[in-house]
Amino acid sequence: MNTTPTHRTAPSSWRTLGAFMGKEVRHLLRDRQTLLILLLLPLAQLLLFGFAVRTDIRAVRVLVVAPEPDATTSALQDRFAHSGRFELLPTTSSIDSLDVLMRRGMVDVAVVLEPGLASALRSGGTPQVLVVADGSDPNTGTTMRTYATAVVRDWQQSLGAAPASVRIEPRLRMRFNPTLESVNLFVPGLIALILTMVTSLMTAISLAREKERGTFELLLVSPLRPWQIIVGKVLPYLGLAMANVITVLLAARMVFDVPMRGSAVLLLSSATLFSLVGLALGVLIAAVTSSQLAAMLAALGGTMLPNVMLSGLIFPVASMPAPMQVVSHLVPARWFIEIARGIMLKGSGLELLWPPLTILAAMLLVLLTLAIRRTSPRLA
Amino acid sequence: MLRSLRVLLLKEFLQIRRDPVILGLLFIMPLLQLVVLANAATFEVKTSRLWVVDQDRSAASGALVQRFTATGRFDVVGYTMTADPGDEALLDGAASAVLVIPSNFARDLQRDGAAPLQLVLNAENGAEAGVIQSYAAEIVSRYAVEAGASRRSIGASAGALRPVIDVRTRNRYNPGMDYSYFMVPGILVQLITLIGTLMTALNIVREKENGTLEQLNVTPMRPAVFLAAKLLPLWIISMGEFVAGILIAVFLFNVPLLGSPLVMLVGAALFLLAALGLGLWVSTVTETQQQALFVTFSLIMVYLLMSGLFTPVRAMPDWVRMLAQLNPMMHFIELVRAVMLKGAGWADVWRQLLPLAGLGFGVLALSVSRYHKRTD
Repeated sequence: MNTTPTHRTAPSSWRTLGAFMGKEVRHLLRDRQTLLILLLLPLAQLLLFGFAVRTDIRAVRVLVVAPEPDATTSALQDRFAHSGRFELLPTTSSIDSLDVLMRRGMVDVAVVLEPGLASALRSGGTPQVLVVADGSDPNTGTTMRTYATAVVRDWQQSLGAAPASVRIEPRLRMRFNPTLESVNLFVPGLIALILTMVTSLMTAISLAREKERGTFELLLVSPLRPWQIIVGKVLPYLGLAMANVITVLLAARMVFDVPMRGSAVLLLSSATLFSLVGLALGVLIAAVTSSQLAAMLAALGGTMLPNVMLSGLIFPVASMPAPMQVVSHLVPARWFIEIARGIMLKGSGLELLWPPLTILAAMLLVLLTLAIRRTSPRLA
Repeated sequence: MLRSLRVLLLKEFLQIRRDPVILGLLFIMPLLQLVVLANAATFEVKTSRLWVVDQDRSAASGALVQRFTATGRFDVVGYTMTADPGDEALLDGAASAVLVIPSNFARDLQRDGAAPLQLVLNAENGAEAGVIQSYAAEIVSRYAVEAGASRRSIGASAGALRPVIDVRTRNRYNPGMDYSYFMVPGILVQLITLIGTLMTALNIVREKENGTLEQLNVTPMRPAVFLAAKLLPLWIISMGEFVAGILIAVFLFNVPLLGSPLVMLVGAALFLLAALGLGLWVSTVTETQQQALFVTFSLIMVYLLMSGLFTPVRAMPDWVRMLAQLNPMMHFIELVRAVMLKGAGWADVWRQLLPLAGLGFGVLALSVSRYHKRTD
């Protein structure tokens, strides 16, 4: 339909694109409240997570149930009191109170001793000790139980009542994250989360809003080509996304000493690639939905949740059931988190990271094709 | 006044029923998510890929490695004499742990009764590394006992009648260590919070954005009636959703329900007051649906991180633990888990019910008064 000679469209189409983009940037900057939320929210999350969330287990409340408290049992209590990891609760003599306390969540681990433990030991018997952990949370339960058992074994040793054993001392080395800082693991994931939010969610809603209000039709009848509308709409968000990545990385570095062992340039380029995937998804979602609410719903269900739950951000992919692991291959954030963790924590370079990068690039190509096809002059 | 409330309630229900998008957002999405997420939400450490660097190559080192594989918790993916391949495997993710058995391991054990060992873990995920470590420690200490027994029998029969304490260990409430028992209740709470809060906020902000809120404001209807008509349907729907979610948890995921469902329902009723109140508050501070979405999202994110859903609140620094007392989600997740997994009753959960009641009525009252100020 467009009969304008091509040599004249080129410069003017770039100029209109520029003008349109300028308008979009002003839109974004004018809405101070949203902008502030978008810039500060990721930082708040980083600080909160870095300061608040710990995966190491401490302050384990331990209860010693000793029907006949004596020197032997108080030696055990001393060991718990001085181990630094436990909060010793007042010893009880009956197992009945243990049930109630554990049900109310006031005891984490209990060490139940037999009556007559000391005399049984003297006469060469084999008294039993039971270490019970609140295992409603399986991992925490297991870890607490292991810690408590270690204290009990030391006590056993000191009584000379340990089974004959050789000493094998495993020396531990925690590679890539020696202090077990959960914030190190979280920062790459947080970046993925923020990028998804700013790219997919924001673009989908902002495009859907134009559609809902009818202003999108106005844009379509303007001299702008569909691709220009999309690019103009989307690029400011890309800028915002990158600003977020950089502030989060700097804050992580300055406040929590989160390492950056690999190339920052590679990380930023990967983040750009991942953002483009997110933007393409956002455009696609806006193209197939008709209201803000529907776009929001689709963006939440289609991008945010899989990117949070199926990406390894919180739950390790390797722990998931096989079908979930297969599905997780389709989640862009899974690949980006792998890349970001590789670069930041392990110092990996392109030679190790080209497979996930290629997958992201392929996703971008597919989504972009779909998005452009669905957006084109498709207006009823 | 009651009449206008009835009419308005009818209108809200009609509106919800008519809009397929809202219906999907309210019913299908959360329950579908519960089913999908419950499968994905696991920190379970299954088999770890273990790389063995065996510099000893003795019967003793072989026996130790065999103990690792026999538990089913470790899968030996590489077995070398030198350390470098193990390091590489750790770096490219082929292995998650490397066990280094130094040369002279067997000789030292036999001669001195003691030998060193090295365990290198990929600690990117600290919690996972901790669990792998405790499994490895258990295996090694069991092996040490066996090796000690055989050493003694080779040596002398001394101390055959030594007294020994027999230490048994047990995990209570979830002996099968099924993660879904622990996560499904928590995820359900998260989902009804998201739905309750978000829907309340969006529902009111949408009327604002479309200008229909002003129309309603010039009618003789009192704001209290308007709010009641907005909140009541969402409260009822969220309660229904909670019940549906519990049914899914029990019948699909076999999560035990040991305690009284009534305790949980009372907890949910109070908790939803806080969740909907928060949504109402969001609607008073935002102008567009986009803003409402982001504010809700950021608040729920904070709630989530401090709720104990993913990481235990007790592990957090003291000031965060104090702050977390203001988080209704934390109390409610604790309550649901205690009732379902531990069979807690009224006497056991008043510590959660009390703050839930306080926060529920408090948040709602604050938001309502703020709403009034804004509309006057």
